[in-house]
Amino acid sequence: MITSNLSNLARGVDTAFIVILSVIFFFLIGLTVVLIIFILRYRESKNPVASQIHGNNKLEIIWTVIPLLIVMAMFYFGWTGWKPMDSAPPDDAFEIETTARMWKWSFKYPNGKRLDTLVIPAGKPVSLNMNSLDVIHSIYIPAFRLKKDINPGSERNAWFIANTPGIYDLFCTEYCGLEHSSMISSVKVLSADEFESWYADSVSETHIAVKTEVSASSRGKQIVQQLGCNACHSADGTKIVGPSYLGVFGHEVTVIRDGKTVTVTADEDYIRRSILDPNFEIVEGYNKGLMLSYEDLLSDEELDLIVEYIKSLN
Amino acid sequence: MSNSHNQESSYLDYKGRFKGIFAWIFSTDHKRIALLYLYSIATFFIVGALLGLAMKLELIAPGKTIMEAKTYNGVFTLHGITMIFLIVIPGLPAVFGNFLLPIMIGAKDVSFPRLNLLSWWVYIFGAAVAISSQFLGNGPPDTGWTFYAPYSFRTTTNMLPAVLGAFILGFSSILTGLNFIVTIHRMRAPGMSWLKMPLFPWALYGTAWIQLLATPIVGITLLMIVAERTLHIGFFDPTLGGDPVLYQHLFWIYSHPAVYIMILPAMGVISEILPTFARKPIFGYKAIVVSTLLIAFIGYFVWGHHMFTAGMSGTAQFAFSFLTFLVAIPSAIKVFNWIATLYKGSIQLKTPFYWAVSFLFVFMIGGLSGLVLGSLATNVHVHDTAFVVAHFHFIVFGGVGYAFFAALHYWFPKIYGKMYDEGWANTGWVIFFMGFLILYLPMFVLGIMGMPRRYFDYVDEFSRLNIVSSLGAILMIFGLIVIILNLVRSARYGKTAMANPWGGPTLEWQISSPPALENFNEIPVVSKDPYDFSNVKLG
Ligand code: HEC
Ligand SMILES: [Cu+2]
Ligand SMILES: [Cu+2]
Repeated sequence: MITSNLSNLARGVDTAFIVILSVIFFFLIGLTVVLIIFILRYRESKNPVASQIHGNNKLEIIWTVIPLLIVMAMFYFGWTGWKPMDSAPPDDAFEIETTARMWKWSFKYPNGKRLDTLVIPAGKPVSLNMNSLDVIHSIYIPAFRLKKDINPGSERNAWFIANTPGIYDLFCTEYCGLEHSSMISSVKVLSADEFESWYADSVSETHIAVKTEVSASSRGKQIVQQLGCNACHSADGTKIVGPSYLGVFGHEVTVIRDGKTVTVTADEDYIRRSILDPNFEIVEGYNKGLMLSYEDLLSDEELDLIVEYIKSLN
Repeated sequence: MSNSHNQESSYLDYKGRFKGIFAWIFSTDHKRIALLYLYSIATFFIVGALLGLAMKLELIAPGKTIMEAKTYNGVFTLHGITMIFLIVIPGLPAVFGNFLLPIMIGAKDVSFPRLNLLSWWVYIFGAAVAISSQFLGNGPPDTGWTFYAPYSFRTTTNMLPAVLGAFILGFSSILTGLNFIVTIHRMRAPGMSWLKMPLFPWALYGTAWIQLLATPIVGITLLMIVAERTLHIGFFDPTLGGDPVLYQHLFWIYSHPAVYIMILPAMGVISEILPTFARKPIFGYKAIVVSTLLIAFIGYFVWGHHMFTAGMSGTAQFAFSFLTFLVAIPSAIKVFNWIATLYKGSIQLKTPFYWAVSFLFVFMIGGLSGLVLGSLATNVHVHDTAFVVAHFHFIVFGGVGYAFFAALHYWFPKIYGKMYDEGWANTGWVIFFMGFLILYLPMFVLGIMGMPRRYFDYVDEFSRLNIVSSLGAILMIFGLIVIILNLVRSARYGKTAMANPWGGPTLEWQISSPPALENFNEIPVVSKDPYDFSNVKLG
């Protein structure tokens, strides 16, 4: 493996990799060669009589002590390579609120920008304040050698400096259910200047970049896609984790409210309630606690667009 | 019941109180119980292997290939549960431990034969409960065999029976462990001091202690899960005020030592086979015994290496990484001694030897790749990726699986009184070995490239190696079919085996093949070291 210098964490990790992989290949190849030589040399046809050797204490000591020293060296490189990941972020770090939920990442910037990909400046410390809304997720940016579990109920910080502009994969690497493998995003590293102008750009300052020229319902559709609702809902009648949007609006829905089964008509208010306070009423046959409130993630305007979209699927 | 049976009739032909299948499922003979385990485990293993193949076929191309994401998640969960709890943890002790432990220490049976039969019944009951999770309730569990909280509490699928099954299976483990410990303490033949005991019983002894001391943790964890789900006491679920990381600690406090429950008996098997085929004593008998006990002991304190990204304190990270490196040493010592055992031997190139040597090779890869996981910096990069999957398949399937097949071929003549067909056995081994390497080696690379595990779908850059890996899986399954068919056929139609076809020095080779019901007409008196070849007679 070639060392990468794509982030401040990569050097230490890759040094540890090189040390350990060298030890691994040295022993693997060395021992395998010895093994093969012994088998060829001492097979029955070459060596009909075995020598009855019971052991050798000197050898036992040698092959205990030498590996002991080698593993201590490996331990040392692992420890020093890991230390930076545990340190507190520097004061001038650029802070981004990072939210993980089934099966979507969301990154919120100090100026209110919110995205589902991570856009950051090169050469500047970036600090992710991470939260999970439901189960354990784990942020993994292989190129930066960064990985941290995000446990629900407690905030976790990860900070790093990306060195080179480019686009890199970002995965969720703690199994989190049905769409775990599509909880993928990317990291876009911009040069400091490019980042400045991107950050100041007011066009993309709306919560979610949506083309305005199309109809309300198709804008609603785009929002629903970007927010990751489609991991649980379909538009064609198939049940996934939650009910399909198809044919909900205007129909009777049986829900469980405060433990009682009631029937309600799915009007605009019902749809709004379902999105802002999903666990107030639970659609019969589905489970509580799977869908979480989108209150903090949506503006009123966006909510209206979603309602339009769901209305259109009737 | 002891009125009219013939001392000479073998345990296979013996007719007791019950007839037909009842003569087996109600038998308290350790050898019959061993075969009950063998057949149950073999059945589960075929299912588990086919599930593994299904996963590999799904991963042969990105996107959906043969099943939906939901099915895939259920399949890897069931694959993990079956392989770990139903096969690898009980595997070697239940089958070969039961069959051979009493014979190798010169006893007629284990200390508590009826308890031994009960263990098998408990095992079957636990298996039934675990499997019921597939059919009852809201569908198969999709949590992975680790059941991590809080996902496992949130999923609508049926995870409680699976955990309950694991708990019951744990009981079976504890009972077997207890039985073996008492047997080893009380029933060794006259003259067999501790240091005259062969290494497979030694390994079983170390294993039994881990079974006894670690398994109760599973029980505690289960009770906590039940209390949380029914009484809403918050242990693990943050919405109830619990801590999900606590669950991980409890899970791995058991499940790491469980790895040694799996691998120690495998090491014991290899320590038996190598001397026999090299025709010389094991190199460094005492070093191997001491390293077995060290592994059993240090193995309790390294569980944190599964949690390096979960958010433990720096001190905990330091200690767990350090201890993990330490536990590597006794395993390394064993490898050195095994290889040295071949030095100046007179090696018979037979199937069990091929399995044992390929065990050494895959175990080295598995163990050495563990160094990457023990070290903090590199662990973070490959944790929860395909690298980990490759690593533990090299240890658990490579280590335990190869040792199992080695044991199966080595003791086959003793168990059935028949020889397997050598040509087919070697062919099966070659195909399997190739398939195994082609299947798992690419996964190390995929992990270092960054492919997370438990992924139904993946980005394009991972696709080439996934194709290679999937083709390896097909080849490996093909090898497996050859191996199994050959053994099944040979058990019926094989040539009659002699008492000591390999020239083995330990006690099981001094009685007839297959053994008589009570193993020994007269309890032997032991005066020699276990691997003393001076008076060994072939045939
Ligand atoms: C993690 C899965 C998940 C995600 C993501 C999700 N939902 Fe839901 N949703 C559910 C489940 C389960 C239900 C049914 C239980 C309930 O009523 O809370 C539901 C119910 C609904 C309902 C009521 C439907 C009916 O048939 O009465 C609406 C409307 C809805 N969701 C909209 C959305 C929108 C819009 C989003 C994205 C902003 C979204 N959901 C994201 C799982 C999800
Ligand atoms: Cu996730
Ligand atoms: Cu472990």
